[in-house]
Amino acid sequence: MLCDFCKENEATLHFSKVEGDKVSKIDICEACAKAKGYTDPGSISMLGDMLGEFGAGQVAADSEGLRCPVCGFTQASFKKQGRLGCSTCYETFESGLKPLLKAMHKGERHVGKTPRKAAVSSESSDHLKQLEKELSRAIREERFEQAAQLRDEIRALQAKTSPGTLL
Amino acid sequence: MKTGDTPLEGEVDSGRLVVMSSRVRLARNLNGVPFPGWAKKAERQKSLERIKAVTCILPEMAGAMAHSMDEFTALDKQLLVERHLISREHAAKTVGSGVVISESEVITVMINEEDHLRMQALMPGFCLREVWRVIDRVDSELEEHLNYAYSPKLGYLTACPTNVGTGMRASAMLHLPALMLAEQINQIIQAVNKLGLAVRGLYGEGTEASGNLFQVSNQTTLGERETDLIERLIKVILQIIEHEKNARQALMEKRPQMIYDQIGRAYGILGNACVQSSKEAMNLLSLLRLGLDLGLLHGLDHKRIDDMFLLTQPAHLQKHANQKLTAEQRDVMRASLLRDMLKNVDRPKTMSFSPPESAEPGGEEPPDAA
Repeated sequence: MLCDFCKENEATLHFSKVEGDKVSKIDICEACAKAKGYTDPGSISMLGDMLGEFGAGQVAADSEGLRCPVCGFTQASFKKQGRLGCSTCYETFESGLKPLLKAMHKGERHVGKTPRKAAVSSESSDHLKQLEKELSRAIREERFEQAAQLRDEIRALQAKTSPGTLL
Repeated sequence: MKTGDTPLEGEVDSGRLVVMSSRVRLARNLNGVPFPGWAKKAERQKSLERIKAVTCILPEMAGAMAHSMDEFTALDKQLLVERHLISREHAAKTVGSGVVISESEVITVMINEEDHLRMQALMPGFCLREVWRVIDRVDSELEEHLNYAYSPKLGYLTACPTNVGTGMRASAMLHLPALMLAEQINQIIQAVNKLGLAVRGLYGEGTEASGNLFQVSNQTTLGERETDLIERLIKVILQIIEHEKNARQALMEKRPQMIYDQIGRAYGILGNACVQSSKEAMNLLSLLRLGLDLGLLHGLDHKRIDDMFLLTQPAHLQKHANQKLTAEQRDVMRASLLRDMLKNVDRPKTMSFSPPESAEPGGEEPPDAA
């Protein structure tokens, strides 16, 4: 994509300009951005720089470009918008995103808040495995009363953490 | 919540001398639903209705205002932007996006902005830990009803990779007139940027810093815990406050005449002008705020000055007048409002002229007519 201003260089920075209730997109090259004062030192310019690299590398490797199987988002659209299509895009474009995230952030792994559901499901999946082991041992050892108890416990846990509980 | 040797925020800036407001916002998305920028209109409307319904039943949201963005007039949207309740980007949205604002205006949930949910807690003064506690609780309550897009490795998944992880941006609005007058502000901004924090103007990304107001916020969201990010931000803000206080003291010691003059002029113009642009008013109000902090001005308090900052913004003026006004009309109305507000405020302290000690009575200067 060419720069909106000089129409010569490749646009590497992408801004949303808001005037009143209208939003217009600005695609601009480094030189014009400096000249026109679009120099937010924050994430946008950094993102723009790296998106350029990200897109270029990927396109060279695969001229068709990747496409997210869930939402149909392509890397070309990512390069244009600087935004992803859905949460699965993080898996689809993982290899391209990895260096981008590494350069953008302090670390590569999340260490902050965990939704209670996710915490519960990872804890309970450990718990579930443990119960299943105990169940097979109980059956092997013909302790049927205890096996029935374990089976009920497993069912209850599975019901509690089953997905698809949207609202 | 107090950790290490960092003093409590309120103790440091108890008089709200520097920190005007504190805010924490979280970005969240629904699992398996395309992000708003990529979703089809029907999908956006569906997720809007779902999120709006869930948000409205939270105990914090009793009496809240909940609307789809197409239900607002352009003026009302601008009003919300001026009150920092929605982003400028969100003000441009219509059908398929919405907002829920708590009665106290402390909590706002923007629906289908760049992410499905952008929730914020905003309070006056230096209280980042408190606003984090508020929004953390809202987030946990919403999570009971919604399935968030989350990966154990990357955390909360957001439309823009710059927000992935905690999805959190914590920020404080700082009033830094002395650093500006002493021309030290650029050094401060550069130093803060090097620490991985962003400094922006009044309305966020890419906006100008009028009224000597600056937003400082965390830049990165992946690889650090929310509370660590907030503590780091607090430490940096404490240092900025220290620099601002030193700069105020230095100006009063070394250039008192300039300070008295600036504040006297600000009072004079605000109290008498008949046409007043928004930008000029902001800069003059900033000087009045400084005068108040330095004890040169009486009969005013911070809340009143901060109200003046807000009430003289374009949309607030038009709301007050209950009609659309041209820029020229707004400038006249703004001037009149400010004159009224300053009517009962005494003149600021002035410096009286004392002749230099070496000068002899009668003087040797030639008369003006010479």
